[in-house]
Amino acid sequence: MPRNSRTAAGDRGSTGWTIAVTAAMVLVSLYFLVPVAWLAVASTKSNGDLFTTPGFSFAAFHLWDNIAELSRYDGGIFWRWAANSVIYSVLGSIATTLVSALTGYALAMYRFRGRKLVMGVILGSMLIPGTVIAQPTYVLLVDLGLNNTYAGLLLPALVYPFGVLLCYVYAQSSVPFSLVEAARLDGASELRIFASIGLRLMTSGLVTVTLFAFLGSWNSYLLPLLVLTDQELMPLTVGLTGWNQASITIPALQTLTIIGSLLSVVPVAAVFVFLQRFWRAGLTAGGIRF
Amino acid sequence: MNRPRFAPYLFLLPFTILFLLFLVAPIGVAIWNSLHATKSSGLGFGTARTVFVGVENYTRAFRDSDFVTGFGRVALFGAVQVPFMMVVAAGLALLFDSAVLKAKRFFQFAVFLPYAVPGVIAALLWGFLYQPSVSPVIGWMRDVGIDVNLLAPGTVLWSIANVAVWSNTGINMIILYTALQSVPREMYESARIDGAGQFRIAWSIKLPMIAPALVLTTLSSIIGTLQLFGEPQVLKSITSNIPSDYTPNMSVYAAATLGQNENLSSAMAVILGAVTLAVSLIVLRLTNRRTMVAEDAA
Repeated sequence: MPRNSRTAAGDRGSTGWTIAVTAAMVLVSLYFLVPVAWLAVASTKSNGDLFTTPGFSFAAFHLWDNIAELSRYDGGIFWRWAANSVIYSVLGSIATTLVSALTGYALAMYRFRGRKLVMGVILGSMLIPGTVIAQPTYVLLVDLGLNNTYAGLLLPALVYPFGVLLCYVYAQSSVPFSLVEAARLDGASELRIFASIGLRLMTSGLVTVTLFAFLGSWNSYLLPLLVLTDQELMPLTVGLTGWNQASITIPALQTLTIIGSLLSVVPVAAVFVFLQRFWRAGLTAGGIRF
Repeated sequence: MNRPRFAPYLFLLPFTILFLLFLVAPIGVAIWNSLHATKSSGLGFGTARTVFVGVENYTRAFRDSDFVTGFGRVALFGAVQVPFMMVVAAGLALLFDSAVLKAKRFFQFAVFLPYAVPGVIAALLWGFLYQPSVSPVIGWMRDVGIDVNLLAPGTVLWSIANVAVWSNTGINMIILYTALQSVPREMYESARIDGAGQFRIAWSIKLPMIAPALVLTTLSSIIGTLQLFGEPQVLKSITSNIPSDYTPNMSVYAAATLGQNENLSSAMAVILGAVTLAVSLIVLRLTNRRTMVAEDAA
């Protein structure tokens, strides 16, 4: 090999390297895509074919039948769960973003007594994982009479220290003090300045916070499992895993769990791909100060 | 300016109330509960009373060998899964950052897609792929001569680790990749002129430059490992090799639901929280020193 072969693999890339790396990446991608592909294929099969036909070959096409059956089962409870998941995630993430923005903005834009303390407490609380306090949160919600309510799941999710930290970073880097001062001289109230200048300038960062909060609620499992006993209030994660457990005695649920999982994955994946530009920009902005 | 005097406090009010109510209060409740127990008076006819029992619940938790074993199990899990995942994520991020790879967008989408699948749904999905009756993967492995039970006592932990790797590599890769993208390109130019190859640049310039992001992602992976709950809880329904106290967090849940003992469960939650906090602080301490050394060298 010529001595400069390593430099040849540099930014222009030699063909040999490109082929080898691309081949390796195809294998890696297969690993990440195969389970979802299997889910898509399995969703088109009847319950009988699921066990008798090879995993990746199509059998009789039953997708629409499966969806119809899914919508019929238990009075269409699946769609109720889907609606609940949307309520928890959409309402929750918007409210979380507002609370985090208000807090992060205040910490970045004002100098006041106790600021350092608040910052320290928020940073420290990031080390306390949510699932550890899930059980005591449940005990507390029972005392407050909030178990088995939407509020019982929505309110605890609003405490999002990481979101506050991100908002603080965004406010610091994108809201100029001079602009705030000018608005003040014009007689605008502090809240108005926050709403019309702060929120607007922080938008791309706030989309990131919203997305992370959305995913947090969408994926949440332990707290709803503890807090909700009423099936009408359950999110998809709790409902579908419940079906999966019950499918040991009710085999028909296996197909429904599969088609239900597919339907719950597709919209979120689509939203994510669609919003790629936003959360990438947001992560870069947030990454500067990590 | 007089006006902004009260504004910041008003702005902080909603978060402060929620923080006290749903973060501070639960911790208080957990600690209080962990120091008390419900005892029925007399011959079991009287009403149950709550009495202060000191550290009784804690000694009971520490004597519970399954609870303690759970810590060993997640430690073993983390010692293998976290480094493996971080090496893969960092490797992929470096690849995406270099010009060697074509069709980057597609590959990035593939790696990131699992992040849109909730952890428990991912476990459910892999659960199907682990069962010989439906799994095509087990069939393929048999074709090439590997006959393995992915849900056996010795393998099931690694089957759970596989779900964690599948779910979380994407987000870690993206965080590291965005960190790499914000490193100024001029940093590499002089090294290249000096004759440094791609691997050398990646190892001695790129990785040290993104050390903070590496620490952040590693730390949150470690915290996630200690909290392991959803994935084993879901896989539990398809194998008898995952008992209900397989991980510390499952013990907390089992003590509260199956054991109906809120007090023991709280003591376990406090222990788990304390261990998590201690491990996080140790990691931050160690990496702080490391990061500084790396910065000096750069």
